[in-house]
Amino acid sequence: MKLELRGITKRFGALIANDHIDLVVEPGEIHCLLGENGAGKSTLMNVLYGLYQADDGEILIDDVEQHFAGPGDAMKAGIGMVHQHFMLIPVFTVAENVMLGHEETKFGGRLDLAGARAKVREISERFGFSVDPDALVEDLPVGVQQRVEIIKALSRDAKVLVFDEPTAVLTPQETDELIVIMKQLRDAGTSIVFITHKLREVREVADRITIIRLGKVVGEAEPTATNAELASLMVGRAVDLTVDKGPEKPGAEALVVSNLSVIDARNQLVVNAVSFEVRAGEILAIAGVQGNGQTELTEALLGLQHRVTGEITLDGKSIRNRSVREVLDAGVGFIPEDRQEDGLVAEFTIAENLMLDRSTGAPFIRGGALQRGFIAEFAEKKIGEFDIRAQGIDTLVGKLSGGNQQKVVLARELSRDLRLFVAAQPTRGLDVGSIEFVHTRIVQTRDSGIPVIVVSTELDEVVALADRIAVMYRGGIVGIVPGDTPRETLGLMMAGEVPAGETSQGGAAA
Amino acid sequence: MSDQIPGSGQPQEDLEVSQVPPAARAPEPSVATTVLRQIVTGNALISLLAVLLALIVGAILIVAVDPVVQQTAGYFFSRPSDMLQAMWNAASGAYSSLFQGAIYNFGAADFASGIRPLTLTLTFATPLIVAGLGVALSFRVGLFNIGGQAQILTGAVCAGYVGFAFDLPPVIHLIAAIVAGVVGGALVGALVGVLKARTGAHEVIVTIMLNYIVLYLLRFLLRTPGALQAPGGNNPKTPPMKSTAIYPLLLGPNYTLHLGFIVSILATIVVWYLLNRSNLGFQFRAVGENPNAARVAGINVKNIYVWALAISAGLVGLAGVAQVLGTVTSGFGESIDAGVGFDAITVALLGRSRPWGVFAAGLLFGALKAGGFAMQANNSVPIDIILVVQSLIVLFIAAPPLVRAIFRLPQPPGSRKLRTPRPSSKKVVVTR
Amino acid sequence: MTVVAERNIVVAGPTTVVIKSWKIPIILGAFALLALVLFVILGRNGTTTFILAEPTDFLQVAPIGIPVRASGIVATVLLAAFAVLGAWFVRSRGRVPLWIDILFGFVFLVEFLTWAAAPASVQVPGMLLQTIALSVPLIFGALGGVISERVGVVNIAIEGQLLAGAFVSAMIASITHQPLLGLIGAMVAGVLVSFILAAFSIKYLVDQVIVGVVINVFIVGLTNFLYSTVLSESPELLNSPPRFEAIDIPVLSQIPVIGPTFFRQSLIVYLVYVAVPLVWFGLFHTRWGLRLRAVGEHPQAADTVGINVTRTRFWNVSLAGAIAGLGGAFFTLGSVGAFSREMTGGQGYIALAAVIFGRWDPIRATVAALLFGFANELQYVLQDTSPIPSEFMLMLPYVVTILAVAGLVGQVRGPAASGKPYIKS
Repeated sequence: MKLELRGITKRFGALIANDHIDLVVEPGEIHCLLGENGAGKSTLMNVLYGLYQADDGEILIDDVEQHFAGPGDAMKAGIGMVHQHFMLIPVFTVAENVMLGHEETKFGGRLDLAGARAKVREISERFGFSVDPDALVEDLPVGVQQRVEIIKALSRDAKVLVFDEPTAVLTPQETDELIVIMKQLRDAGTSIVFITHKLREVREVADRITIIRLGKVVGEAEPTATNAELASLMVGRAVDLTVDKGPEKPGAEALVVSNLSVIDARNQLVVNAVSFEVRAGEILAIAGVQGNGQTELTEALLGLQHRVTGEITLDGKSIRNRSVREVLDAGVGFIPEDRQEDGLVAEFTIAENLMLDRSTGAPFIRGGALQRGFIAEFAEKKIGEFDIRAQGIDTLVGKLSGGNQQKVVLARELSRDLRLFVAAQPTRGLDVGSIEFVHTRIVQTRDSGIPVIVVSTELDEVVALADRIAVMYRGGIVGIVPGDTPRETLGLMMAGEVPAGETSQGGAAA
Repeated sequence: MSDQIPGSGQPQEDLEVSQVPPAARAPEPSVATTVLRQIVTGNALISLLAVLLALIVGAILIVAVDPVVQQTAGYFFSRPSDMLQAMWNAASGAYSSLFQGAIYNFGAADFASGIRPLTLTLTFATPLIVAGLGVALSFRVGLFNIGGQAQILTGAVCAGYVGFAFDLPPVIHLIAAIVAGVVGGALVGALVGVLKARTGAHEVIVTIMLNYIVLYLLRFLLRTPGALQAPGGNNPKTPPMKSTAIYPLLLGPNYTLHLGFIVSILATIVVWYLLNRSNLGFQFRAVGENPNAARVAGINVKNIYVWALAISAGLVGLAGVAQVLGTVTSGFGESIDAGVGFDAITVALLGRSRPWGVFAAGLLFGALKAGGFAMQANNSVPIDIILVVQSLIVLFIAAPPLVRAIFRLPQPPGSRKLRTPRPSSKKVVVTR
Repeated sequence: MTVVAERNIVVAGPTTVVIKSWKIPIILGAFALLALVLFVILGRNGTTTFILAEPTDFLQVAPIGIPVRASGIVATVLLAAFAVLGAWFVRSRGRVPLWIDILFGFVFLVEFLTWAAAPASVQVPGMLLQTIALSVPLIFGALGGVISERVGVVNIAIEGQLLAGAFVSAMIASITHQPLLGLIGAMVAGVLVSFILAAFSIKYLVDQVIVGVVINVFIVGLTNFLYSTVLSESPELLNSPPRFEAIDIPVLSQIPVIGPTFFRQSLIVYLVYVAVPLVWFGLFHTRWGLRLRAVGEHPQAADTVGINVTRTRFWNVSLAGAIAGLGGAFFTLGSVGAFSREMTGGQGYIALAAVIFGRWDPIRATVAALLFGFANELQYVLQDTSPIPSEFMLMLPYVVTILAVAGLVGQVRGPAASGKPYIKS
């Protein structure tokens, strides 16, 4: 089946997310859609899938114009989608999720669950998945959930399959397996649209590459193109993927974590007996595929987790099981991985957000009252210092771009007297300019003698920033390796393999 | 799994950018420009139109049940003017009574008695304002205090008990009774807060259930001799308040307006300061807008929930105080809350949870109440019509697009955004 | 750098740590202690007679007399034993089996009745009959609540739906002299209330709790207004509805205890018997239910498989209104016989409590509604004898609900997207 998008335009208010985008996907090809975060890839695919209505342009399948009022129409036309955030209902079984939306029924309107199970098994076997149709989706690991998504699409006889950033949640090995599956599907005649911003994957799997920047198609490329060529097309200028960073001058051990375990609200052991230390003036990067305990580890450091065992000491003093307030007062600066959810109050002004974690005492509060003069003065200073682009200190943070929002968080955290700086996914979803700014600031912080922990799922970022790298897998630290460790080794470690010469910690590779 | 809506990333952010013109966030706006801005951006206009719409629907109801209208409808086709005249008479008569019962009685002999309705309005507004402030405060913290009834009753019982059972010197007695009422209400709120903080119990359910628990408890106490029942009486009613404990009348014995109204003005100022100028208020608002970020920023969200609900309920308890020490000083029964608990929710919503907005909304609903009684007496329009009007006002205000559609006003771009005070689409903070 | 070839299986799930919950044994222990205080220390003398059959019954069952003090001691010992057994189960298996809870509850209830009714007699069939009657509006309300919340719309407006149903059914049945038409009218009234809820919460994205609360105020105001202006003007014409007569089901109605309880009821009650299993089956075994639950759990996921979230919510909230409206009709066509001001008196909120206590499951919610109805009936049965004031019996459903949401009675987890509006671009 041939899919063609002609002149697709989609606006959100003043923002043009897609500007006259043309795209042709031939039958049986893997077509990569490459672009930065926010370039408009997902919007385009949501238009294709009927979730959004295009303001202009047309969608053609086998040269016939289509009108999709909703995803139901798109599916009928043979388009399937594997969403970035899986569209599965956690409390339903695999079979129920697969049948949802096109349920077969038996006598009396009774759901034909047996038929759905058989279908799941049949597709599983065809592609070598091992998926139990009766398992509850919420109990499945993310890799398997993704396969359920694929099964869901295939069970509707999709002829065009759209994968929206499918590798974000996968280990390199799972990614390789997914690539095999995609090739298998292509060879069976399915057209595949593969959305990503990761160059390595593109070159490995693509038959054709279309690059999108700021909502426009900026070019096509052959899979043989180099990383640098693709990157400069994607970003619009030659990019230097490395960070300008001198050698570290590590000082004394500042943060010592020993045998730390965390149990979450669902009674899962999410961090399993990890131990590491960070020295003053070094960056320890914590690498790993999303969902391997990094989030909970940083939350435990901050005092945001409640069932924590083991020990955390900062400059010799224990900060385990302390309130967040006490941890912050001990000098821990923190950039949460979801800045909109955990880092900022969107309805507050920049000035208010800049004092958000200092609302208990001087200099922002005196005698229980807000010191409005000081707050304003402070905000003016920080806006200049961190180059926050806004109308003024009273601009609501929710109205800033992602990069400027992150600068507000950075400004707030770095303006305190820090003893430790923890940055979780500090550049997620940012444009390249902001990424450079954030990286520079992090390196500056290190150079001023503050111990830094950077948690990142992006291998590029880890390699660019780290002095040492700790790789997490299933709650444990697989190993701690030097910052110049080859990517291949890191990739294997992210899948739980222990490099020689390293002792396994905890249950990671047990 | 993420609960994000599709495309809730970049595009939506920008969607919100376009909502309010940049000039709307100019630094340090004066009161005058704030008022002007609200009119320009439509909020005040929407509120006005919502009130108008609700009054129109009320008029339709009044007209529909009017006996003269029904009678003339019988021969509408022969003499339609009769029916139209009757309709006009019914509606204008009722609303004229409403106005004269709430603001100024033109039929009165002199100004002193002509203005009496206005003082009555202020009297009715008193509990509405303080209770509305309490509910509004909970809204600002992202909490839903539906338990106004329980808190008013508790406040009334505590203040009332101190008021009739103790003998204290004049001023001290009054202060003791007020404090008792506020603390009583606050304790009920704190209970809700503690349950929410420690077990995650949803405050909506807990406060609704507490309304009935407190009501039945009061019913029991009122019929139990030795508890609250007036000695020697058979009715479920308390003894009258001692004269040392009641709110002094502000304008002398000819008017019902009492000190409680001054208290409600003070309460408005205090709540305004608390929310906008104090660090506790900053934390309240931070928790209300984004509890997750507040928690990460070192604010103890659980404690904030307890404090917010306690203060909120304490204010609502103050409404109970106003009822027993000001409005009905001759002893009270189980209906002393007079529906203020639920009215307070509508007052807070109409006031958009802003202290002075609540004050104004309280005055409006106080006027509707005062006028409603006049309407009932003069035009036999049951006071219940006020409930209908009141709830319609709130419904219309909560849905500006509807009001705009009815009046054919242009819809602002990007209007599909939650306008409720609750961060309901956000993740629940883990409170375990 | 070489790599040790020790690979993990990627698909294995995360480690679950089993946390033993001592909550249930502790609660059971507390109740056993309560039993000790009430039934033994504050024990009463005499014999309580349980009359199990009515004189007109075909099959006669002899009344059972239970000595109060002796049974109190026996029951307390039994209850303590159950609590200990529960603790043993937690120690050895980590959780308490359901049958212990059920047996515990049964023993406690029977002994409580024995103790509180002493030294008089208890008309068991009459009591159960009344329990059903008091539960019917709760059950319909709760079913409406379950459907509405399962599809993702919090339904505080059950109270308003009941009241509107009661009002309209009284009026229509009075005018037409047809209780059946009244029943249909009640359903339409419930649907109309639902339309308000749906329009404001789904279309205008107003917070669902706010809409619900305001609707309840609105319906109280409207029915009161119309009652005093219209109904009370000509009550014989507009407010004297014919009631549904009780229909004896042959054979079944002759079974002792069960027969008179369940099979000498009116049409509305029989509708309950149909509605509960139907809703249960529908929710969990049909396309309708699967889609409904999907929309309530994860609306975007439902949207991406072509289910129209808004439409699904709209129509199911309307259906919920129709069912709750039926419950309203019971007030006027089933029990009281005429509409009066605010006659539902907070039953809608008890129905909401039943929804939560029943964990959003139609069967459990029905059981919860029956329990609440029973608690309500007890205050009449025990009016003269009980040492516990009736107000405290009336309080029971509300207290139990607070305990339930506070997590003392099992984990309460509602539909994930309930209360959250679905905003599509």
